[in-house]
Amino acid sequence: MIRNPYMPQEAEILKIFQETDIDYTFRLKTDLKVKSGQFLEVSIPRIGEAPISVSDFGDGYLDLTIRKVGRVTQALHNLQPGDKFFIRGPYGNGFPIDKLKDRRLIVAAGGTGLAPVKSLINQYYNDSLEIKSLQLLAGFKSPGDILFSSELEKWSKKFPVEITVDRGSENWKGRVGLVTKLVADLDISEVENTMVIVVGPPLMMKFTTQEFVKKKISIGNIYLSFERKMSCGIGKCGHCKIDDTYVCLEGPVFEYSKAIQLLD
Amino acid sequence: MGYKIYREKFADLFHELRASYEIYAPITKKDKGMYSDTDLITYDKVESFTEIVFDKKTFFSPKEIVFPIRQTLFYFTEDSVLEPTKLEKDIVIFARACDINSFRSLDAIFLQNGPYEDPYYKKLRQRVKFILLPCDGFENCYCACLGTNITDNYSAYVDVRDDAVYCKVKDAYWKGLWSKYGEESEVEPRYVSKNENTLEIPQKINNSIFEHQMWSEYTNRCTGCGRCTVVCPTCTCFTIQDIRYDDNSKCGERRRVWASCQIDGFTEMAGGHGYRHKQGERTRFRVLHKISDFKKRFGFQMCVGCGRCEDACQEYISLKNCIHKISEIMAEEEKV
Repeated sequence: MIRNPYMPQEAEILKIFQETDIDYTFRLKTDLKVKSGQFLEVSIPRIGEAPISVSDFGDGYLDLTIRKVGRVTQALHNLQPGDKFFIRGPYGNGFPIDKLKDRRLIVAAGGTGLAPVKSLINQYYNDSLEIKSLQLLAGFKSPGDILFSSELEKWSKKFPVEITVDRGSENWKGRVGLVTKLVADLDISEVENTMVIVVGPPLMMKFTTQEFVKKKISIGNIYLSFERKMSCGIGKCGHCKIDDTYVCLEGPVFEYSKAIQLLD
Repeated sequence: MGYKIYREKFADLFHELRASYEIYAPITKKDKGMYSDTDLITYDKVESFTEIVFDKKTFFSPKEIVFPIRQTLFYFTEDSVLEPTKLEKDIVIFARACDINSFRSLDAIFLQNGPYEDPYYKKLRQRVKFILLPCDGFENCYCACLGTNITDNYSAYVDVRDDAVYCKVKDAYWKGLWSKYGEESEVEPRYVSKNENTLEIPQKINNSIFEHQMWSEYTNRCTGCGRCTVVCPTCTCFTIQDIRYDDNSKCGERRRVWASCQIDGFTEMAGGHGYRHKQGERTRFRVLHKISDFKKRFGFQMCVGCGRCEDACQEYISLKNCIHKISEIMAEEEKV
């Protein structure tokens, strides 16, 4: 029998962290080796399967930050620590760690787009990512949608973290506005030595990337992480195909010079 | 080796073949056609030689023999995940050159694309032998323009003429069987060398085509029914879905089912975001995949020129006319 790549493995939930009203991080017990920016196919038998990006990982565990929006994710949110669900993967290329080496890195994340870059940011925080500097720009819909609050707080003590929300609230004392505005206000030193990662909803990525281009960042220095419908994760089902590219195989992380050629 | 076998004798040969193989061939399904009182010509398992239709194009392609419309990937019980284990006989498919060539595209996706072979496809595919049928071309075909009018990939060739069947056998394993029923004769496969329709596939398609107004016509005409992708011998997209059994909700299965880039929901993600909402954009996606995107990735054209998408379209949308338009637009751009 040939190895069946569709066969999922059972994994136990170690802990569940509530991030917002609808976003929860599930910590799974697993020895899977993953890279920042990769994703898993997550499933519950008889309910279905969905692609979810890995938000963090460590010795013997990995984290998936999951928003309650679809059939599978609804069902996941009924589970408790000690329960199990199924995973297969990891899939996709992940972020180009080697290209970031010794560079200044700016990460711009919109909403749940912060999840796929969280592990990368934590690697820098824990001194295991060899880059010169890191700056994080994160945008959320409202103060109630802010993910990883305690991490953001922790990170901001070590490197610049700018947070903005589309709509403020009575108690919100931070910035209100789009991530694009944060980019526009940046004063980037060493433009040629700066790498950029943009992750978020399609429109946020489009306009944020354009803003970085206006700041004279080369299109070869900008990376985007795509989100697409995927059934298989292994280049068979066809849902994520754009032009001659399969997002699950060659992506989900693309250099912007390639991404602008990928027209839907 | 070539053979001439009288019809009654060939029926015996067929009977003997059927003991070792599941045989699929074009057949008639009475009154199951697209319009009322019309028959459907399609692939199905055949019991006898006389059922086979040799003079008509099938509405559906043979792809579902190796890529079923619905295929179980796993059976779930309360605490186990099981792979289907049913073992079947080897498969023989009676097919024309274009349809045999279409398996190259299926193989490219299921066996070559990405780091893994698809085990479900491979299990069926490795059991297949082809019997090539002659072809004189049909309405809407343009295989000769794509080079898919000929093939070497067959175990035997079978041409039924008058009272005899003229065969060529390439598969050494089968030569004994054929020689038992027939006399040796010089037989070479008959292929279409020129179709009624000729077509030039553009060598280079610029991204400017994405914004071209030609697609708005398809937004108006296409109803998004997905027939073109269902009948296409090279469309392989699928969606994986789980079901639970009505009589025991703790049991169920994970299946894959055919999906279509023409139908709503193909790109839609949880939360509702998706791409290519207009039918014109979906037509563009399909057409460019068939004549450009796939070739860039695998080095050969995906479309085999069978014309089934046009045969099946209730809005009479023609892939060859669409390709022709793209060629003209690209030629025009070259001049400028």
